[in-house]
Amino acid sequence: MKWSEFFVTGEPLIYAADVSIVLTMIGIVFVLTYFKKWKWLWNEWLTTVDHKKIGVMYIISAVLMLFRGGVDALLMRAQLTAPNMKFLDSQHYNEIFTTHGTIMILFMAMPFIIGLMNIVVPLQIGARDVAYPYLNAISFWLFFVGAMLFNIAFVIGGSPDAGWTAYFPLAGNEFSPGVGNNYYAVALQISGIGTLMTGINFLVTILKMRAPGMTLMRMPMFTWTILITCVLIIFAFPVLTVALALMTFDRLFDTQFFTMANGGMSMLWANLFWIWGHPEVYIVILPSFGIFSEVVSTFARKRLFGYKAMVYSIVGIAFLSFIVWVHHFFTMGAGAAVNSFFSITTMAIAVPTGVKIFNWLFTLRKGRIRFTTAMLWSLAFIPNFVIGGVTGVMLAMAAADYQYHNSYFLIAHFHYVLIAGTVFACFAGLHYWYPKMFGHILNERLGKWTFWLFMIGFNICFFPMYFLGLMGMTRRMYTYSAGLGWTPLNVVASVGAALMGIGFIVLCYNIYYSARYGERDMTGDPWDGRTLEWATSSPVAHYNFAVIPEVKDLDAYWEMKKSGKGFEIDEEKLKPIHMPSNSGRPFLISIAFFFAGFGLVFKWFTLAIIAAVFIILGLILRSFDDDDGYYISVDEIKRTERLTGKGA
Amino acid sequence: MKQKMWKWASLLPLSLLLLLSGCSENMLVLQPKGPVAKTQYDLIMWSIGFMLLIIVVVFVLFTVVLVRYREKPGRDNYEPPEEEGNTLLEIVWTAIPILIVTALAVPTVKATFALEKPSQKSVKPLTIHVTAANWKWIFSYPEQNIETVNYVNIPEDVPVKFKLTSVGPMSSFWVPQLGGQKYAMDGMETELFLEADEPGSYMGRNANFTGKDFTHMEFEVVAQTKDDFNKWVKEVQQTAPKLSKGKYETILKPGLVGRMTFSNTHLEWIDHAKQNSHHMGKTEEHSENTKHHEGMDMEHHSH
Ligand code: HEM
Ligand SMILES: [Cu+2]
Ligand SMILES: [Cu+2]
Repeated sequence: MKWSEFFVTGEPLIYAADVSIVLTMIGIVFVLTYFKKWKWLWNEWLTTVDHKKIGVMYIISAVLMLFRGGVDALLMRAQLTAPNMKFLDSQHYNEIFTTHGTIMILFMAMPFIIGLMNIVVPLQIGARDVAYPYLNAISFWLFFVGAMLFNIAFVIGGSPDAGWTAYFPLAGNEFSPGVGNNYYAVALQISGIGTLMTGINFLVTILKMRAPGMTLMRMPMFTWTILITCVLIIFAFPVLTVALALMTFDRLFDTQFFTMANGGMSMLWANLFWIWGHPEVYIVILPSFGIFSEVVSTFARKRLFGYKAMVYSIVGIAFLSFIVWVHHFFTMGAGAAVNSFFSITTMAIAVPTGVKIFNWLFTLRKGRIRFTTAMLWSLAFIPNFVIGGVTGVMLAMAAADYQYHNSYFLIAHFHYVLIAGTVFACFAGLHYWYPKMFGHILNERLGKWTFWLFMIGFNICFFPMYFLGLMGMTRRMYTYSAGLGWTPLNVVASVGAALMGIGFIVLCYNIYYSARYGERDMTGDPWDGRTLEWATSSPVAHYNFAVIPEVKDLDAYWEMKKSGKGFEIDEEKLKPIHMPSNSGRPFLISIAFFFAGFGLVFKWFTLAIIAAVFIILGLILRSFDDDDGYYISVDEIKRTERLTGKGA
Repeated sequence: MKQKMWKWASLLPLSLLLLLSGCSENMLVLQPKGPVAKTQYDLIMWSIGFMLLIIVVVFVLFTVVLVRYREKPGRDNYEPPEEEGNTLLEIVWTAIPILIVTALAVPTVKATFALEKPSQKSVKPLTIHVTAANWKWIFSYPEQNIETVNYVNIPEDVPVKFKLTSVGPMSSFWVPQLGGQKYAMDGMETELFLEADEPGSYMGRNANFTGKDFTHMEFEVVAQTKDDFNKWVKEVQQTAPKLSKGKYETILKPGLVGRMTFSNTHLEWIDHAKQNSHHMGKTEEHSENTKHHEGMDMEHHSH
């Protein structure tokens, strides 16, 4: 392989990216060295097994990926603003929508949600950490190196360009030579393994580590949604693992699972992909429902209306989400009976979803609604998600879907559910739980600016796309001609996208501004919260709870406050707390995964094998590891508790 | 102030709707020119009715609740009641969506079954084989023994049975004004019935991404009166050149081509629906098949 093939060349945009990547790296190394922060980085972050720090790292990565995916989106919108634009050529456009879609779903939405669940779930159930802290660190680092591997593709070797769905035969060697789709297969595999382990970890955590008294039906709604999400992950991700493995064999070793020759079945890929893919969208939407439930009930100052119905409806949605996948290819010609079946199962999801919408509305009713930034995101979710939801039902009607499929109508629909559902939820959760992560509150004024810019921009960007779809504009077109009459709506859409971009910049500025000047949260309970995470200090002590709380009601902390006692810590009852030790191994093993993956992408098998040996070595070392953690002394707990003002 | 903003925000979709009324003549899906598209149009309109109803109900409830129960001076000390739920209400808002879904499911199932068959029984359908290749559409009329590239003429008021297949990546055959799309897949055959009920020119395109020049993979459907159509067929049979195997191979090479017309069809020697195009085998080009399986050179795939 020549160097000119190894590094992507010929595009001014790419050279600019090369330069900025190198400069950023030099910058980071310089800052770390200058401020003597290497040791801090290693001890506090790279080796940590603390669920809160891991959560923070997930969220930082997700925001970075939102930036990357957002830049991709803006480039696409720039290209589509006017007919016959020459800003991006088709190859470049194809790479960009592929990376945009893949990154937004797998490296933005997923880690954002997983980050929030890492921070919040153990706190909500009154636990000191997750069930397997070491595994949790491995999960994060595998996700992280998977994301990095995927992200370097555009400067080293070339990006995947067959869509985030990577349909065969297009994604096979025959039509997609080069390493781009190898990156897709390998990077998703590595981070997918991390996600699967997260699913197992949190399932066990929620089932086994709840505080005494917290029965299943007293769990906060967010924890419930995470529990169900874990079940979805555990059933869905192995399918992706297998599909990607077969894809890897096809691409690296010329097997013929999905190719056109020798009995390969390209539709098998489409089926496997969506058997994972549809539950996947529920993996990012159910936790969002959980976040909205928490925020809405806190800022309406009311218990969640119809808690039980809410629980049953998430279970129902989760079940149905496994029997709807064919709605992604009604047009394959599987026959009217098959299509009718999947039409009906898909429409059925609207029922439990509708139940949830009304339950949120009735939680608000008779409440005392405070319009904080977190609440604004949660409220805006309702009307916007309803628009996405009803158009989803329209798409579910097979005979009509033949007209919407693959058009901008579909693009509008899934952005309405993914952005108004998941992205709004991530922003709501970020503002809501920010004090728990960093000890200060995100500035509300700037937060509201972000909200209005982004929310209005979002509608201006995506609402016209429904109509572009009805005009016959199909997804993944890199340009269009003037005579089609698509220009005005495309201009409108691009204006909206720009507003969203500005909203994102304000959010980033807010993070900086609040870190410097933000209001510190001394109480640990800035919003008058209802669940146990608000019984801890902000930021949360390393061990979460000095004594494990006792749960008597659904809104456990609210009940403690109402009964006048609050969450009191009796210093007499303190005992030394056992905590797991840090370990550098998860990070190092994941680095080995990165090189193994990189070797596979380029078919440099020697590198892949050497890296694999290191991975196995890491596993062996782990099994001989007899470090079973350490104890935090009562004195130290007392000191910490007094400092944070929570202790007596 | 906030309240105003909220109202404004909820008006946003509406104002966009107004803006759109200007572009409505371009909304091809909503301008059906045949019974298939008409069936789908009716279904779409039926569903939009219900959807607007749902949107209105939710938006109104939403606005009322926010306005009435927001924190405002005088309500600072109001302590919300602790309600657990309300079984009756919950049954109501489970039952109504079930009714709506049923009202949508019944016509959906009917339409889905109906679209599998020609829209009229009395007229014998015209069969046209459609072959999608990177990045062009090839139409073969077996009964008339003619072939066209990137355009297709059809008679009005006659159901047309398109038999779809593909050489290479999966494409999707879509003529919005005549009816919804269907996939064309390599080594497989799918069927799509369409019909035009007035003469005219209708845009068709590939709706499923197939790589580099996918965007330009368009075709025109020209619906003619039966007489005009028959005249055209005769003319083609008499004047158009013959398609040779060699010529056909060049057409299949990845790239864009203009419109073409031939007085025979490639079905004489190959039907990609029956045979995996990949191993069409016998043609000269594939003598280097072994090379293909060692190196991943793109050149080879010009079959
Ligand atoms: C920030 C604002 C965003 C804008 C302006 C935007 C815009 C776009 C555009 C223009 C396309 C490509 C249309 C095409 O040519 O087919 C697209 C595709 C896509 N977007 Fe977004 N998007 C945004 C955010 C998101 C988010 C947050 C997600 C997911 C959580 C997402 C998921 C996707 C997916 C899955 C695709 C399909 C990619 C494919 O066709 O393979 N987008 N988006
Ligand atoms: Cu789906
Ligand atoms: Cu070949």
